[in-house]
Amino acid sequence: MNSFVINAENVSKRYRIGLKEQLHDTLFGALGSWLRSPASNFRQLRRLSNFSNGSGEEDIIWAVKDVSFQVKQGEVVGIIGSNGAGKSTLLKILSQITCPSSGRVELHGRVSCLLEVGTGFHKELTGRENIYLNGTILGMSRREVDRKFDEIVAFSEVEKFIDTPVKRYSSGMAVRLAFAVAAHLEPEILLVDEVLAVGDASFQKKCMAKMDDVSRQGRTVLFVSHNMHSVEQLCSRVLLLKNGSVYRDTPEVASAVREYLSNGRETAPVSQWENTSREYENAFFDLHRFALTDARGISLDGPVSNNADIWISIRGDIKTPHPAFSVGYALYTEKNVRLYSSLTTDCTDPSLKVQPGPAGFKSRLPKRLLNEGDYRIALIMGIKTHDWVIHPEQNAPSIFLTIQGNLSDSPYWTTKRPGVIAPLLHWEQEKGKATCP
Amino acid sequence: MKTIIEPKKGLQFPDCKELLRYRDLFYFFVWRDIKVRYKQTVMGFTWALIRPLFSMGIFSVVFGGLAKVPSDGVPYPVFSYAALVPWTYFSAAMTGSTGSLVGNPMLSKIYFPRLIVPMTPVLANLIDFSIAFMFAGVLMLWFKIMPTIYILYIPLLVLMMMLTAAGIGMWLSALAVQYRDIKVANTFLSQLLMYAAPVVWPASLVPEQYRLLYGLYPMVGVIEGFRSAMIGTNPMPWDLIITGSISAIILCVSGAFYFRFKERIFADVV
Repeated sequence: MNSFVINAENVSKRYRIGLKEQLHDTLFGALGSWLRSPASNFRQLRRLSNFSNGSGEEDIIWAVKDVSFQVKQGEVVGIIGSNGAGKSTLLKILSQITCPSSGRVELHGRVSCLLEVGTGFHKELTGRENIYLNGTILGMSRREVDRKFDEIVAFSEVEKFIDTPVKRYSSGMAVRLAFAVAAHLEPEILLVDEVLAVGDASFQKKCMAKMDDVSRQGRTVLFVSHNMHSVEQLCSRVLLLKNGSVYRDTPEVASAVREYLSNGRETAPVSQWENTSREYENAFFDLHRFALTDARGISLDGPVSNNADIWISIRGDIKTPHPAFSVGYALYTEKNVRLYSSLTTDCTDPSLKVQPGPAGFKSRLPKRLLNEGDYRIALIMGIKTHDWVIHPEQNAPSIFLTIQGNLSDSPYWTTKRPGVIAPLLHWEQEKGKATCP
Repeated sequence: MKTIIEPKKGLQFPDCKELLRYRDLFYFFVWRDIKVRYKQTVMGFTWALIRPLFSMGIFSVVFGGLAKVPSDGVPYPVFSYAALVPWTYFSAAMTGSTGSLVGNPMLSKIYFPRLIVPMTPVLANLIDFSIAFMFAGVLMLWFKIMPTIYILYIPLLVLMMMLTAAGIGMWLSALAVQYRDIKVANTFLSQLLMYAAPVVWPASLVPEQYRLLYGLYPMVGVIEGFRSAMIGTNPMPWDLIITGSISAIILCVSGAFYFRFKERIFADVV
């Protein structure tokens, strides 16, 4: 007996896309084509729904191709992928909005789908009336809405206005009301498509809490999103779609997210450098390794999020200690602007006093300071105010870093904004009266 | 509960069990249609009267007065009003159904049996129909005309009227989604159908040998039936009603199959 609540086998969906119209460069050509247009229009419109077996036609694209997966009860599956990967189409197939071109899906249990908040809302009707309308559209029976009515109103926080036409509501109130109805669905399978992208921050928190609640009640959730933060928080499994097919299907959410983020890069950035030549020989320090690592000391592979622990690690052997001896690095942007440089001698920490023997220096990159993008980190080594052994702009080895994602915890800052740096700053309210000058 | 999603093949009839499950939604759609129809208007539900009355007025002047179209022995206004009562319903239901799916955002956002959408105007317009029908009593009093015993057949005629509206609604709404010409030509089509039906002229004008053929147009039977029941122009035209019923049923059943056939692609072509 299968314990799968969703079983998808080789689901595919094809569409016709619009092709460039044939342009005529003579008046007769244009006139002729206009006269023939009813016949050709009819043929074109009929083709919208007709797919004869000429699958080599150039205006057909496969939005979803051969997607198969099984979902067990209680799993929260995140479906991620770039735009056009087929996520929304897959969800539409699962919610029966559109038919698959081939393949089969079996769903066990009551299914509710949330592709949009407030489907069916009519502005002229009151909040009360819209709760019934929206509730029945989402699949509840009238008796069910009756039963949950008070809870829904309480969740939405619009009790006072429940009998006013919705066209008088603020957009926030309307969204809260719509979500309140959706939140009280009790399906066994819930399909959600980026619904969490609307609303203010407190509403978003409510959404996340409710989704979490839903998953803890043992319901199965399929969740399409671009917000990697919420995917990492809520999902126990990820389906990464690429060009309509399943690229990765794994319970290791973080690694799938990272894989999705790193798509589009041809070569993995070099994040560590080993000293294999005699170029940097000097009297003070035998340089062995210069690398970007995570908290465990393992060098990075692929882009990292802005919130991650990124350490610069410089390892070698100290030959002759010198108080002014320092190692460090200079950070350059893609445009080769030096953002800053930092050296061990900037620090007055006595534990950095060096002894002869193997030594490693590490420094953590500031979190949530740098903007998304590629950076080059050049090593610096030398005697401060005296002599550079390795000068960042001359002979320094470089390693590379890519920062992507996790710019902040706020839903309003998830994409790169202009600016060389992107510090996450704290804001608070000013207290007290303003004084006149 | 198990749901199987597969590409649909061949002709299928609408899933009645599913429609039954969604009956609450159907109820709310009809209720919403009625509630919103005359919201924020000054005249409110009296519009249901004003429309046929105005038509009656203009037709009486133009066709009754100027063109002197025969009216089976009764005053022209009553003659045309008795036809306008079912006709206004049919025309409103047909127009409402045809445009109900085109550009409807819900088609790509949520699943429910799509048949509910074009069937909503078929039920919702009954309210306007009832109001116009009741006012017919006032008119008849004014013109001192008594209804005949055939008035008992009105429910049958209403059923036939609804079947026709439903059938044509299913056909046109499904066609309009893919071929928007239908939506563009809607008013023009409605006018055509009105002049083809015996609204402004009596069916008795049709030559005897074509009468049965003419009866294939279901609204002919309905309109002449209404006239017979309300104002007693002629005995109940059973020949027209029976032929009309047959074509109404065929229209309805074929419409259901066609609609179901095209339903699969609604979300893709709307």
